[in-house]
Amino acid sequence: MWEFKLPTINEEEESVKPFRHISIAALSLLLVALMLAVACAPAAPAPAPAAPAAPATGPAVPEVKIGLIAPMTGDVKTFGESTKNAFDIAVEEANRAGKVKITYIVADDKNDATEGTNAATKLINQDNVNAIVGSVASKVSIPISEVAQKSKILQISPTSTNEKVTIDGVRKDYVFRACFIDPFQGLVMAKFASGTLGAKTAAIMYDKGNDYTVGLAENFKAAFEAAGGKVISMDSYGKDDVDFSAILTRMASNSPDFLFLPDYYNKVNLIAQQAREKGVKAAFGGGDGWDSADLDTKAVDGGYYSNHYSPEATTPEVVEWVQKYQAKHNSVPDALATLGYDATNLLISAIERAGSSDSTAIRDAMTKTDGFKAVSGSISFDPNGNPIKSAVVIQVKDGEHKYVETVNP
Amino acid sequence: MGDAGYLAQQVINGLQLGFVYALIALGYTMVYGIIRLINFAHGDVFMVGAFVGFFSISALQLSLIPALVLAILVCMILGMTIERLAYRPLRLKNAPRIAALITAIGVSIFLEYFTSLKFVFGPNIRTFPRPFELESWNVAGLIITNVQLIVFAVAILMLLLLQFVVYRTKMGMAMRGVSFDFDTSRLMGINVDRVVTFTFALGSALAATGGVLFAIAYPQVHPFMGIMPGLKAFVAAVLGGIGIIPGALLGALIMGQAEVMTAAFISTTWKDAVAFGILIVVLMVKPTGLLGKRGTDKV
Repeated sequence: MWEFKLPTINEEEESVKPFRHISIAALSLLLVALMLAVACAPAAPAPAPAAPAAPATGPAVPEVKIGLIAPMTGDVKTFGESTKNAFDIAVEEANRAGKVKITYIVADDKNDATEGTNAATKLINQDNVNAIVGSVASKVSIPISEVAQKSKILQISPTSTNEKVTIDGVRKDYVFRACFIDPFQGLVMAKFASGTLGAKTAAIMYDKGNDYTVGLAENFKAAFEAAGGKVISMDSYGKDDVDFSAILTRMASNSPDFLFLPDYYNKVNLIAQQAREKGVKAAFGGGDGWDSADLDTKAVDGGYYSNHYSPEATTPEVVEWVQKYQAKHNSVPDALATLGYDATNLLISAIERAGSSDSTAIRDAMTKTDGFKAVSGSISFDPNGNPIKSAVVIQVKDGEHKYVETVNP
Repeated sequence: MGDAGYLAQQVINGLQLGFVYALIALGYTMVYGIIRLINFAHGDVFMVGAFVGFFSISALQLSLIPALVLAILVCMILGMTIERLAYRPLRLKNAPRIAALITAIGVSIFLEYFTSLKFVFGPNIRTFPRPFELESWNVAGLIITNVQLIVFAVAILMLLLLQFVVYRTKMGMAMRGVSFDFDTSRLMGINVDRVVTFTFALGSALAATGGVLFAIAYPQVHPFMGIMPGLKAFVAAVLGGIGIIPGALLGALIMGQAEVMTAAFISTTWKDAVAFGILIVVLMVKPTGLLGKRGTDKV
């Protein structure tokens, strides 16, 4: 049977081949046509609404469509919810102020790189957005930045701290962020552990598949050793791992002073709980991934993490923002919300200054941002699209997140 | 803690993991032994078991044993339903085994994404509330927790129960008969369909137990939590010789120890590589698995 069948299949393939050539040719033609259509599409309708609007309301108000990409479900859903809450407030304010007219589309990336890339591709090619706010996690923002850069659509990530978001060999000049970057965050926690806490030895556990935790772990290690401390062990685990008993049993016998857990709250909850069960007595520390209402404050009690802002600060921007957020969402805004608000406002301010919905014009205006008064501090960009600003260290104590100190770059 | 104490402590860690794998691996092996089907949906039945445990403890305020019983009942019904709706129609039509296998993968994906829907379990990670406070004792330098004791006790109890059912009851005898020869069993007056349904129910009950124990030991539940344990348990079943009950237990305990020992003495990065490497080596030397016989495929 097989002997007879194989040749027939081959024959069929032979006969199909010419068609395949044709279809490739046809496809490429179609692609070219599509690309032309896409290239022309935003240009064609733009003058139409502008013409009647101009005489009626004086200077034309730029109409922009913004895409928000955030993890609305999945393992870090509180990050997405906070970001969206804040985004809503910023857009509402801007529309009320009337200097721009904003419509928006929200896409859920489920904290997954593939989902995020798909969402970005859809927002750019199908929904024709002019700019993207997002995503939260570096591992999602990095692939999105590739799509955005290639399509020349401006992207601003509120909270992705990995360096590679804005620069990977070459500067992705359409990509910005509203937060500090991992080398700085790792440095803050290393300084804090060796200085304020007086830790001599540290252990690190990180997710080997997550750019964010890898970056933080490496930067912490370098800075902690530079400060004269000793990193006893550096263990990696996988995204789906739930049993850390082997690592933690070993750690308990090494008894480090400080255990650095630069992962998101769900994993931290699991590790911290098991660490105490196995008799690890080290003080816990982490990065901004801890900042969630779902952090198990009992498991990490006494732990410290670096963050972008503290709602306990007394600057007028913070006070006003906390009031505004509380009135609308009935909770204190976490750093995710605050940076979501800052990122959206940075974008809106750039659009207003550009006076246009053209992504390149917005990009140019964004680059020129100088001393923008954001809630999390005054923002100017360095040449790599990273804001230069300070970090705070927060302690988790008795179920509360308490401000400890501010660390300047 | 001395070196011996440290080793013993890691052995206990490995046992905890191994017993949970064993509960899942047994379900794989029994179903395979009876109808030669690798039921890939098994890991997801495990997940449903963990969720039922979660809801019965958090929403219904049940204690451990009633929660476990409820999880077992729900999963038995689920397992029998899956068999009835997805696998039996194929079996009756004498569909090729590959069709059944693909169906199993389909059922697995369906369960994962259906339970991810907002009105079912939802896609988010939830923290599993332990129905008791954690306590730990220091026995001769070893730290032993009540969670570990419960995992060991329940797992061993379930294994003894399974042994009893398979070797001491009429249904068990029928199961062994069917696994030996499907058609002859039917000629001997055994209701083969009932035996298959029963096997699914039994396997699902073990998976549910594994799910609840897993969630107590590692207190988080989400719709995709069954994938990795399911895969590891499947490997354990193959390692021990698929279709052989003691083989599944042995394979699972080896997997548990291999993972923990690699992480403890070599590197955490090598953990899964070593566990799966052992499988490859065993299969190269003895393709039927550690306890597999030449004829294979027996319960």
